[in-house]
Amino acid sequence: MMSAASRLRANPAAVAALAIIAALIALALIGPWFNPNNIESLDWANVAVPPGLSGAHWFGTDRLGRDLFARTLEGTRMSLMVGLVASIISLTVGIGYGAVAGYVGGRTDHLMMRFIEVLSGLPLIFFVIFLTVIFGRSQYFLFLAIGAVGWLTMARIVRGQTLSIRRREFIEAAVASGASSARIILRHVVPNLLGPVIVYATLTVPQIMLFESFLSFLGLGVQEPHASLGTLIAEGAGEMEAAPWILLVPGIALALLLLSLNILGDGLRDAFDVQER
Amino acid sequence: MNLYLLKRLAGALPTLFIIITAAFFLIRVAPGGPFDQEQALPPEIMANLEAAYGLDQPVWTQYARYMKALAHGDFGPSFKYKDFSVTELIGQGFPVTLELGVIALLLALGIGIPLGILAALRHNSAADYATMSLAVVGIAIPSFVVLPFLGLVFGIRLHWLPVAGWEPGSLRHLALPVIALTLPPLAYVARLTRGSMLEVLRSHYIRTALAKGLPLGTVILRHALRPALMPVASYLAPAVASIMTGSLVVESIAGLPGIGRYLVQGALNRDYTLVMGMVIIYSTLLIVMGLVVDLLYAWLDPRIRFE
Repeated sequence: MMSAASRLRANPAAVAALAIIAALIALALIGPWFNPNNIESLDWANVAVPPGLSGAHWFGTDRLGRDLFARTLEGTRMSLMVGLVASIISLTVGIGYGAVAGYVGGRTDHLMMRFIEVLSGLPLIFFVIFLTVIFGRSQYFLFLAIGAVGWLTMARIVRGQTLSIRRREFIEAAVASGASSARIILRHVVPNLLGPVIVYATLTVPQIMLFESFLSFLGLGVQEPHASLGTLIAEGAGEMEAAPWILLVPGIALALLLLSLNILGDGLRDAFDVQER
Repeated sequence: MNLYLLKRLAGALPTLFIIITAAFFLIRVAPGGPFDQEQALPPEIMANLEAAYGLDQPVWTQYARYMKALAHGDFGPSFKYKDFSVTELIGQGFPVTLELGVIALLLALGIGIPLGILAALRHNSAADYATMSLAVVGIAIPSFVVLPFLGLVFGIRLHWLPVAGWEPGSLRHLALPVIALTLPPLAYVARLTRGSMLEVLRSHYIRTALAKGLPLGTVILRHALRPALMPVASYLAPAVASIMTGSLVVESIAGLPGIGRYLVQGALNRDYTLVMGMVIIYSTLLIVMGLVVDLLYAWLDPRIRFE
């Protein structure tokens, strides 16, 4: 662990990414306290004003005179929250499924993996569109729908790791001492999966955030009066010609966030990979 | 070989059947119907409409009817676009979507593979870092952010290319959407090619080939390329899925008359037949792509035999 951490520290891009992520999270959480404008107040005297530090709206306002700084912070917070919650759901499902498939093995494993293959052969967007259409566009449902489709890769990775862990002596010892399969999976297999799980989780979060903003962009995700970066970008794309900042502000925020998360995930993977060999 | 192809095609049919069945019942579980409006229709008119489209029948009868018509290649009438059949709607839009997608896929492969090879050959050089940085950007930033940005710069500021709109046969109108759609798969392809090429270049037979004095170009093209392309081949199906998903938003931003909009709109409007048509088209494309990948495997690695 120690050497992985120091390897990560030696990677300037990953360190910078980590700093940017930390700064963005801090800004999303405490930023509203420093901003006199809130997300819903309409400033009719300042409709669609461009960004500038002199006025009351640092990042400008949108068509309805809403403060873009406040809206972007709200959107960032929402995107981060969806990313986090949906990732936790997909990690839990993926780890459970993969660990069981890898540990039980044989025909069960074969069937379970076949099921994943079939699911991943389909464009996930179908499912989510169907699910949102059937169950309505509630926020909690969004977490569930995105989490439900994000677990496939995790399950695969966990299964592969479990297959190799299963053959180790400490599992044999646990079996010999009479522990049940459920206990072995929970107490002995899952804790040993943490390394790859952490690495992959860092890469899952941006993927899920991207997916959420994609859905919100299509109008299927987060709904008014709430905003995620996806809905803000969709709004901005419509006003591109007259007021490009409405697009640029949330667009840059999303790009920065996703880019940093990806770079950090890559850095973590490199740091851990070397150790595994 | 031919036998294998037939077998695979026969194996794809049940998959498609399951997908179609699941989609059929899923969309009908959704509350609401295709003729719901803000102002509710009088019950008699509603009843007549439902009778005209066969919606008054039990779901199983509807299903049997739909499948029977489908077996004859009939996708049925659209519920929302009156006077249009789903076949007509998809027939009009599909060429545009297909053109966009094929160009994007070819560009992703045509640029991504050479870039990846170059990065691997100049491992840890500035060119390598530049390519990999570009790849992270391509993977991280979604097409619906890239496309409006491109439009802002090349359309609105520089006036080089149209921001949106479409003219038959006009490549200028496709340029920006194609770039936005190409970037993510291009980034993945470059990354995958680089990674596998680095591994292949370390293998003994490449060292032998170089040691006996073959020029580097020949070694790459004749010996290293094929095995290095295996991961790229397995990425093809996800690449097509990503381009298809991307075209949903890219077409709407760029105002292209493709079929992308029908999926979301159709589902929201409960236009049952149109959604089904989209599901069938997209899943068929993906299944065919899976088959292409298997055939490519055999070509790339002659040790793989079809049994």
